[in-house]
Amino acid sequence: MTNEVATASMTNDSSGPASVMPGEAGVIRHVSEALPRSPGVWMEAWKRLRGDRVGMVSLWIVGAFLLMVVLAQVGLLAGDWQREVGEPFAPPTFVGAQAKEAAKAEAPRLPNIDLSDIDPLAPYYKEWSARAAQVKTVDATRAATLPFGGDRIGRDVLDKAIKGAQVSILVGIAAAFLATLIGTLLGAIGGYFGGKAGDFLEWLYNVFTSIPYILLIFALAAVFKYGPMGKVFSSSIVPVVVILGVVGWTGIYRLVRAEYMKHRSREYVRAAEAIGAGHMSRMFGHILPNVSHVVLVQLSLHVVSFIKAEVILSFLGLGVPIDMVSWGTMLAEAQTELVLGKWWQLAAATAFMATFVTAFALLTDALRDAMDPKLR
Amino acid sequence: MFSYILRRILQMIPTLAGVILLVFFLFKYFGDDPAEILGGLQATQEQIDSIRRQLGLDRPVWEQLWLFVQKVVTFDWGASWSTKETVANIFATRLPATLTIMIPILVLEVGLAIVAGMAVAYVRGSLTDRLVMIISTIALSISFLVYIIIGQYLFAFQLGWFPVQGWTSSTWTNLMVYAPLPVLLAVLVSLAPHTRLYRSFFLDEIGHDYVRTARAKGVPEKTILFKHVLRNAMIPILTNVATQLPGVFIGSFLIEVFFSIPGLGREVYAAVGRGDFPVIQAVTIYLAALTMVINLVTDVLYKFVDPRVVLK
Repeated sequence: MTNEVATASMTNDSSGPASVMPGEAGVIRHVSEALPRSPGVWMEAWKRLRGDRVGMVSLWIVGAFLLMVVLAQVGLLAGDWQREVGEPFAPPTFVGAQAKEAAKAEAPRLPNIDLSDIDPLAPYYKEWSARAAQVKTVDATRAATLPFGGDRIGRDVLDKAIKGAQVSILVGIAAAFLATLIGTLLGAIGGYFGGKAGDFLEWLYNVFTSIPYILLIFALAAVFKYGPMGKVFSSSIVPVVVILGVVGWTGIYRLVRAEYMKHRSREYVRAAEAIGAGHMSRMFGHILPNVSHVVLVQLSLHVVSFIKAEVILSFLGLGVPIDMVSWGTMLAEAQTELVLGKWWQLAAATAFMATFVTAFALLTDALRDAMDPKLR
Repeated sequence: MFSYILRRILQMIPTLAGVILLVFFLFKYFGDDPAEILGGLQATQEQIDSIRRQLGLDRPVWEQLWLFVQKVVTFDWGASWSTKETVANIFATRLPATLTIMIPILVLEVGLAIVAGMAVAYVRGSLTDRLVMIISTIALSISFLVYIIIGQYLFAFQLGWFPVQGWTSSTWTNLMVYAPLPVLLAVLVSLAPHTRLYRSFFLDEIGHDYVRTARAKGVPEKTILFKHVLRNAMIPILTNVATQLPGVFIGSFLIEVFFSIPGLGREVYAAVGRGDFPVIQAVTIYLAALTMVINLVTDVLYKFVDPRVVLK
């Protein structure tokens, strides 16, 4: 209810003075200045969110993660995650360096026989060693321990987890935006127009929901892997984003459609029609702001579920390409490492993912509470 | 009732037609050329042309679509492209393994969730209630993968309580030896979220007047909960079970991959890996049809669970 009132008052503010006589304009302005300005829906929601302690802490954590993603994206953070900085499987610093394996059993000593008179290469040895001495080799010192440990070839697990966060979170957010875009657009058309277009979209919805989620993902993955589209986008995150977006729009469509059906005959929409607003303007200029809280909560719910889905898909090799690292590919490596007793990559990926997903889920709950006017 | 079922079955036809069209055009226009996948890298142009003729790929699109519909209706999908096993045979041999794992999971999940959800709803607002909510939020944020990786490592590799993986041709051995660990892990992971969901089902009912009336006339708490409240909460429970049922037939492909259980989920996953389109298409279409049937059966069951429901 508050939404409508707020929008109605906003419409008055903007279009009121323009439509009245010049003489009256001053009076109306005067009156509207005298009245306390009613805060907008978003302001109210923000105020309620500010009061939610769990929500604010989650917001800070999510904000920190997003900052990390941006820094990793521009290359300021974890830019050289592929460098082999430590020894293979360097343990985390707080565990301490691994005990050096017992010195190799000494090879039995053989009497040193001079072979130089029968060795055809003997004359060249001196020359070769002189040349070899001229070539500069960098003997990289590899750290024995790393803050969060190292992986199979000595890459820093912390850098990998940050880079993995960048890929996983970007995929989750991009796919959620795509699904929300498709769902909102189709839901708006279906709910606003109804009729033939609505029936067609309902049919499409039934088709998509009757196919089990995971089978649709598999079918799309197969198509992307072998099809012409897959060849174009083979080394980017586009396939996994498209797969998740195309599969995930149905729930949002249903909710947005219901909202549009509710709103399309409300007074403020009729009023907009009366002053000559077209279909597009009514759908996206007037109704959309009033249902945007539903859309936003759905967007945020989908980010969480798509991040989880991306992790599983990447684990199975159907997600991000192999030259990228995501939380899913880290878990895939961690599975074999765990048998060797190297638990840190698993721990790092799980801890990063659990922190972000928990914070995001709690933030979503807080957002829903803050933006649902009925709860007040 | 009969006319209702008949009408619902008729309504399924356009949806099923949509599924068939979607799958057909998806693979036709976005998938790779089947002849090239089948021919392999060394195929000559004649070989590719001959495969195209065999598959009918040289005919117009509408004829190909008609061939595809015939395949769907007659269950005759021919052989898998890479293993040459018939698709019908794949269904017949993989489904039992999947069901051996999934039916115990479903039964245990629902049974435990009813009991735990009821208990938590009964003590609502208390510390136990809050604790369950917090645990399920955190538990949900950890990927299912992590639970399987750690569970398999801990219970099978380290402690040796269960075999790490394996499968035999005897259903009884499978159920007693190889199924327990995957079933246990799946049930453990889903317990917290399910408890939370079922709690909300029961909470909706516990606040109703009939519960207060029953208490007032001295009905024992156990009878109130398990007879009055449970009966009334059956509709959301049934809906929830119905949404899970199609999954029972695909199986949890993650569990099947980890424990190398030769089920349908692992088969589809492997088919994606080797570009085996007939297997993916067949499983997708039949599972979609099955989902529609399950939805219909669920709607009819509502009537039996709650006589007030009117089917129209």
